[in-house]
Amino acid sequence: MALIQVQELTKRFGGLVAVDAISFDVEAGQIFTIIGPNGAGKSTLFKLITAFVRPTSGRVIFDGNDITGLPAHVIARKGVVRTFQETTIFREMTVLENVVVAHHLESRASSLGFVFNSRQARKDEAAFQESAARIVDELGLSRVKDEVARNLPHGYLRGLGIAVAMAAKPKLLLLDEPFAGMNPDETDAAVEMVRGIRDRGTTVMLVEHDMRAVMRISDRIVVLNFGEKIAEGSPGEIQQDGAVIEAYLGREDEELGI
Amino acid sequence: MTRSNHNPLRYLLLAALAVVYLMVLPAYFADSPYVLRVVSTASVLSVISLGVWLTFTIGRINIGQGAFALIGGYSTAILAANYGLSYWLCLPLSGLIAALVGTVLGLGVLRLRGVYFAMITLSLTEAVRLTFLNGGDFTGGASGIPVIPLPGEIAVFGLTLVPDFSTVHRHLAFYFLAAFLLILSLAIVWRISVSRVGWIFRSLQQDEELSTSIGINVTKYRIMAYAICCFFGGLGGSYFAAAQQSIYPNVFGVPDSIFFILYCFLGGLAYVGGPVVGAFLLFIAFEILHPLQEYQQLIYAVLMIVIMLWLPNGLLSLRLPTGGRSGSAPLGGAETERPGSRA
Repeated sequence: MALIQVQELTKRFGGLVAVDAISFDVEAGQIFTIIGPNGAGKSTLFKLITAFVRPTSGRVIFDGNDITGLPAHVIARKGVVRTFQETTIFREMTVLENVVVAHHLESRASSLGFVFNSRQARKDEAAFQESAARIVDELGLSRVKDEVARNLPHGYLRGLGIAVAMAAKPKLLLLDEPFAGMNPDETDAAVEMVRGIRDRGTTVMLVEHDMRAVMRISDRIVVLNFGEKIAEGSPGEIQQDGAVIEAYLGREDEELGI
Repeated sequence: MTRSNHNPLRYLLLAALAVVYLMVLPAYFADSPYVLRVVSTASVLSVISLGVWLTFTIGRINIGQGAFALIGGYSTAILAANYGLSYWLCLPLSGLIAALVGTVLGLGVLRLRGVYFAMITLSLTEAVRLTFLNGGDFTGGASGIPVIPLPGEIAVFGLTLVPDFSTVHRHLAFYFLAAFLLILSLAIVWRISVSRVGWIFRSLQQDEELSTSIGINVTKYRIMAYAICCFFGGLGGSYFAAAQQSIYPNVFGVPDSIFFILYCFLGGLAYVGGPVVGAFLLFIAFEILHPLQEYQQLIYAVLMIVIMLWLPNGLLSLRLPTGGRSGSAPLGGAETERPGSRA
């Protein structure tokens, strides 16, 4: 059974249909990409899945359970965690502190336990420190782990955003434009990083504009245009798809990386 | 999860302060009720401001603390004077009642941020004052409740733990009660701020959406911070009601709510000790500079502007050149700038 099933998901803002009855299934272990021109509804779709925006209609089934309409922090608890398009981080904390805080869902001790430093709280904190150090290492942030996030070079910020999300131990990680604004070398490194995340057992969904990277990394692609799904398939199929080329890539085949 | 900084000099300084505060001062000024009262008042104003400081850590400018001090004061007055409850029950109950009211109100007002939250809490101070003013026989109207009994004795199996305040040096007794409240509150707020709960509070201040995305129930922690804040407000109000043996609606007003914020700013939002330093310095300075009293609000206003412009991280951010930033408390509070940090 698919890890996540999106069924007829729709969002209307007033008269505008931002996302129009979109359906697709994502299998566990895939890297699943949503592409489309600006304003196609990709980011809205992400926000609908992670409950940052409430759908007008439709359902999201995760791991066999209907998670539509649950509060966003409960969705995270179920294992669906997103990153942000902007460089959204805890600016006044160091890299390591960012990641340690993000282990919230693994807390066993109560708030009172943490305040009075109970045995369970100390155990939790030790485990978080260890796990955070590992995540920071896996995402190549070890060199800057004690930097205050506000002072980080731009290239590290997106990695930190992903590290924070990984600390919540997601089953499904949604990455919002992870390669935006990167040069080819940085993109290569980031593609490897995302593959690493998938290989360690986290299913990945991404919204992305960088076609070269998308075609290399994706197992499956959904194409949106004006809120509607116009195509779904493997990278090879999408590159051949007439509707996609016409609606979205039309003029320049190059953009597809063909 | 703490940025540890074990500076022996810092502990020595704290120990010296404690000795002066708990032994030297009360012994030396035992015959001066005025000095005892000034220091006790500064202590309890610190307790109330510590609550305000905690709401700063979740990124809210709270100008409503006067309301909860008033609620605490009236709770004590009504429970002690009308129902004859022991003060030692009234004190924690007043804190809890304030926290309960804060929780209920917080469910609504904590959705607001920035200037909107500040404004609604400002109005809250006035709304609560007017409520007590128009509370009829229950609250005693403008003259309030003028007959609050002194705290009685606490005894366990005939052993007196706390003496009846009417049988001992009353000012000294209140001094130690104030000191007890301050040390207790400071310890609690310090523990909160260095624990994971404090880190969660600061994560809310820095980005609520990101906090939500990693599974933090933002509403719950916001309300937790606010309820604790209100608890300290209620505790402080209860103390003043007992110390003055009376309560009336004008005891805490909008200016007081603003002073609590000023104490936090002056001491420094990034430091647990900030509100305490601010409250002691400002309150005691004005007692010493008594002739300036009529310009108090003007001076406070100018001071607030000066601090925000030139010392945004408060007095405690001032360091000796050799100290670096090693001695600072690990609270990335509402710092706007930290020039030259972590080169």
